[in-house]
Amino acid sequence: MSAFFRVAWIVLRKDLTVEVRSREVVYTTLFFAVSCVLVFSFALVKEGRAMEDAAAGILWIAIAFAGTLALGRTFERERQAETLRALLLAPADRPAIYVGKLAGIVALLLAAEAILVPLIALLFQASALFSRPFWLGAILLAGTVGYCAVGTLFAAMLIRARSRDVLLPVLLYPITIPVIIAGVRGTAVLLEPQPDVAMVRFWVALLVAFDTVFVTLALWTFEPLMTE
Amino acid sequence: MIPRAGLDFDEIAVEEVSRHFGRRKALSRVSFTARAGSLLGLLGPNGAGKSTLLAILGTLLRPTSGLVRYGARTEADAALRARIGMLGHDLYLYPELTARENLAFFAALYGDRQPAASADRALAQAALADRAHDPVSSFSRGMRQRVALERALIHAPRLLLLDEPFTGLDEASVGALVRRLRDLRGQGAIVVLATHDLDVAEGLFDQVVFIRDGRMVDTMAGSEALRAAYRSVMARARA
Amino acid sequence: MPRWFFPASVVCFLMFVASPVLIANAPYEATMGLVQKIFYYHVPSAMTFFVAAFVCGVNSWRYLFGKSAQADRVAAAAAELAVVFGAITLVTGPLWARKSWGVWWQWDVRLTSSLMMWMIFVAYLLVRKYGGAGSEKLAAGLALFGMANVPFVYISVNVWRTIHPTTNVVPTLPVSMGGPFWFCLAAFLLLFVLLLQLRVQLERQRARVDALYLALED
Repeated sequence: MSAFFRVAWIVLRKDLTVEVRSREVVYTTLFFAVSCVLVFSFALVKEGRAMEDAAAGILWIAIAFAGTLALGRTFERERQAETLRALLLAPADRPAIYVGKLAGIVALLLAAEAILVPLIALLFQASALFSRPFWLGAILLAGTVGYCAVGTLFAAMLIRARSRDVLLPVLLYPITIPVIIAGVRGTAVLLEPQPDVAMVRFWVALLVAFDTVFVTLALWTFEPLMTE
Repeated sequence: MIPRAGLDFDEIAVEEVSRHFGRRKALSRVSFTARAGSLLGLLGPNGAGKSTLLAILGTLLRPTSGLVRYGARTEADAALRARIGMLGHDLYLYPELTARENLAFFAALYGDRQPAASADRALAQAALADRAHDPVSSFSRGMRQRVALERALIHAPRLLLLDEPFTGLDEASVGALVRRLRDLRGQGAIVVLATHDLDVAEGLFDQVVFIRDGRMVDTMAGSEALRAAYRSVMARARA
Repeated sequence: MPRWFFPASVVCFLMFVASPVLIANAPYEATMGLVQKIFYYHVPSAMTFFVAAFVCGVNSWRYLFGKSAQADRVAAAAAELAVVFGAITLVTGPLWARKSWGVWWQWDVRLTSSLMMWMIFVAYLLVRKYGGAGSEKLAAGLALFGMANVPFVYISVNVWRTIHPTTNVVPTLPVSMGGPFWFCLAAFLLLFVLLLQLRVQLERQRARVDALYLALED
């Protein structure tokens, strides 16, 4: 068991080191997410006022799009010197490699969210978001893990496929619709003047259930999907 | 030191291995054996199937028919992977990491309890200790090759697979690599090397397998007078 | 072709020919009148869609974990049929909604969930077509994830809908209309089985041609 987590930790640490050195994915993902927010703002703001619940929707769309980009770039890197092959050659537990990669991408997206949420609160006068920081954090964490759990598996599977850039969103978006629904609705509830905590709790519970089912499924199917 | 998870094997036997991708037949009924302490060369033109065969030997691909025997084992599990090292065409190194970090990462991945010490030892072996803390992206092809070779050897594998390792190397680097391979043979490793560079291959191998269009067209013990042998074998195969 | 195929095709054809007669003679539903009769095609095609989806999911599992090539062929065929029957469902649903309520789409929970599932199978076909080598495994993984998603899609869409309260647009059918309904359901399921058999046969022939090609080279 400890070997499993040791491998996951080694892979995570390697990914973080590589990212800190080049900072490529962090900068581009962040910039992209911010541009996303601005574009959607222009689309959805009328007479200086945003549409109802627009803030929550824009936040999660930006997370979804930025996530797709980050996933694509992270695995493109593993394709460059065929390092994914080297990872598969090692006697390390394959699911452990998946977990390590997943943790790295979740960390990256959470860092992006740390910038996005204050930005959106600023642009849409949505400082109510911070009235219940625990629940906000819970929604963001559970939703990000769910989205990345599916995304990491699909991006890894697609590494050798043709048309991999467009196929990742094609595969990812239909499967992660419950995550988006739960994330947007949960965040929108937090924006109300009197947030219904029971409702937020429901959405967080749904997301946690989703995360559990899909991380388990990914761990199960990672090995057969990666072997040729 | 890295714990030897699996048992070592004294020979590998490739038995009627075929592999096809849809309608394209990449390998067709290839069979040969290689014993411990030997250097085997896979010679053939581009697209002959050498890389596919190496991938199968390295457990990255499964044959569509036939099997590979590693000693008495045929199951491609983690214990077996711990005894195999591979140096592919693309070197498998992270360009943003330093040479030392690359080696330590892979050592740790193979179960090494002291990856940093193993990395330092490997760097000394490759005479690159002075460039240990430089990112691999700043290395020349030859230097990257040396680091990649050390990466493939860091867990002291029994079976070493090399895919076109002499590409882009200067004379000195080629000599150093040949010397290293001979040392490994002396230590009892099985080295399988695919190349189409006949000059380097001359006199290097204990055994040569000629491959063309996925088929094994001939074998040869030793590798003297290789150029002439290669030409005649390939001419015969084309006929 | 198996021996039951031809007689079964004839039966299926006759059933579809007979179905409009049966539907026309079925009793009128009180509130919706003639328009409600589209249900006799809409609901069976929806059920066939789910059967196809289930068959695809099960065979994707068998292909990934059992490595059965036949399972992969059945999964691919079932996915195509899921797209076809799903499309019929998604077209007949709004047609009925338009006539009953004047709007094409109402974010009804069942229709919306069906749309999500339908998109997953369209994605399945896109991956098989454009994914290059090894895309059968990718598609199988997608089908599995799609199956696992069904309860989550349903629950989240259902709760999401209550934010925009609308009437539940799919009422239950009274028993007196059961006869023609079961007849049409049987017809659709028979059609599904026939098309599946046809499609799997085609794939099997393709595999045999590939094998012959390969054997020729030896």
